[in-house]
Amino acid sequence: MANRALGAPGLGGPQPLTKPGLAASSQARYQPLLKAGDSRIADRLFFLAILGCGLSVLALVGLIVYELITKSALSWQAFGLKFFFGSEWDPVNNQFGALPFVYGSIVSSILALILAVPLAVGVAVFITEMSPRWLRNPLAFVTELLAAIPSVIYGLWAIFVLVPLLRQYVQPALARYLGWTGLFEGPPYGIGMLAAGIILAIMVVPIISSITREVMTAVPQQQREAVLALGATRWEMIRTGVLRNARAGILGGVILGLGRALGETMAVTMVIGNRPEIAKSLFAPGYTLASVIANEFSEATGDLYLSSLIEVGLALFIVTIIVNMIAQFLVWTVTRGMPARSNA
Amino acid sequence: MNSLATLLAATAVILVLLPLAAIFAYLLYKGFGSLNWAFLTQTPKPVGEPGGGMANAIAGSVYILLIASTLGVPLGIGAGIYLSEYGRNQVGNMIRFTADVLNGVPSIIIGIVAYGLVVLRQGHFSALAGGAALAIMMIPTITRATEEMLLLVPTAVREAAYGLGVSKWRTTLSITLRTATSGVITGVMLAFARVAGETAPLLFTAFGNQYWNWKVDQPTAALPLQIFSYAISPFDEWHRQAWAGALILIILIVVSVTAVRIAASRGMLKGAS
Repeated sequence: MANRALGAPGLGGPQPLTKPGLAASSQARYQPLLKAGDSRIADRLFFLAILGCGLSVLALVGLIVYELITKSALSWQAFGLKFFFGSEWDPVNNQFGALPFVYGSIVSSILALILAVPLAVGVAVFITEMSPRWLRNPLAFVTELLAAIPSVIYGLWAIFVLVPLLRQYVQPALARYLGWTGLFEGPPYGIGMLAAGIILAIMVVPIISSITREVMTAVPQQQREAVLALGATRWEMIRTGVLRNARAGILGGVILGLGRALGETMAVTMVIGNRPEIAKSLFAPGYTLASVIANEFSEATGDLYLSSLIEVGLALFIVTIIVNMIAQFLVWTVTRGMPARSNA
Repeated sequence: MNSLATLLAATAVILVLLPLAAIFAYLLYKGFGSLNWAFLTQTPKPVGEPGGGMANAIAGSVYILLIASTLGVPLGIGAGIYLSEYGRNQVGNMIRFTADVLNGVPSIIIGIVAYGLVVLRQGHFSALAGGAALAIMMIPTITRATEEMLLLVPTAVREAAYGLGVSKWRTTLSITLRTATSGVITGVMLAFARVAGETAPLLFTAFGNQYWNWKVDQPTAALPLQIFSYAISPFDEWHRQAWAGALILIILIVVSVTAVRIAASRGMLKGAS
């Protein structure tokens, strides 16, 4: 195969060089010179097959959107926009309002970010700027390891370790010292919004810290040297020279973490308590968009019930897509022009 | 201020590593404590009877992952080839963008879609539906990894092949893809590891099963599903088995990923440098 063209008549020496400069970009133009014969058909077929694979990615996303929209039409017709402002979720009487789930998703995710962001940024700063060189890669590897643990195992650990811990020690203490805020009231079940927020925080730390590390390494070394030369201490250098330049990217990482937290299903379902109520106290059980689908989808009887659950899914889909797009744009504004992963 | 900042950052590292250590410690302690031969060879026993195991769930997970890989890996690699070899255009950018979108879709949504596409058509839950859901999740990761790896192959290598008269498809498959093999395999394994522990998309696709099943169109047990339902059950015996299942799941992921990576870096796939 490979040598056929060499012996082919009409090749006549290194002709491709007649058009210098096009060599890299226009491989297709070589073919007429090579008298390719049947390989042109093969190339065509190969291209079509590969194009099919590529287009299948488009088709999949199209299918997801189509499925979600058509299958949720029934509930949309029945409730309209009221669906997202009604707080009654009563399958028996065919009353469906998704407000408790929207509330639960937002509160658990925000709680997770409040806990995770300082930790994640701290870890990233320590790894990129402070840690001794030999410790850098092991630390980075170990924090990435957190991202590799399946979410059902986080849930398992949360049920049997985190929740009892919260019930016995953390919640009584919070209620005693911060009970006046109204956020930490009620019986300490352990299970509830607080547990969900904490387990989510543990799960999003690796995402935020790895993006933060990426954008911090994208800040040019001269920047650091310039600030140090002006007499800054190391912390002043990090604060003014690195963090300030990377802040858009760090925000992007935080928002990416938010997207992950909103979509996270299993671990949250296992510890949030699964009750469609809106309560001010973080000790109270709640429910999220993702976990109501996980719990009720396979048991949903009746078309309207199923359709309402799919509409919950559609809402979750739209929100996570928007959140992820904002995040990617922000990360891109900091790392653009950097060759991907060259300095990871 | 300087040393205070260092202290705070170091504290953050410790606070993050603490849960990681706790999770692995519990996993090993509880997992090995409950692991025994019956767990690996028997199917679940009814509530109240001691013993029993998750053999069917372990096999079911492997089965579903095989289906997912069969569907997802060729498509993902194909799409990656398109992006790197033909994708410097509007269509390519659109595919790149949608792959990133697909990557961010919550796994439970993928479950809903697989339910609509496969389960509703077939009329019942099935291993195929579970495999399809996981395949959809693997594709974007594999696509972007393949593209990235193929782009690392120098253009000169491709040109050398063209210069010898090798056709484009042959060059792409035997030269470009082959040179990037180890990187592509790493990407595939990343995708595999990511979906191996997924539970949410299997809840209403593979559904779970108390017995052995090897039929593509029947409900199938899966390890993550079994861990989930045992963990939220009220029985101590089942809790112990959930820990053992979690340990097996982690081992399954780690072993398959390292095995393939060792194979990729050894002679078996030479040409990958």
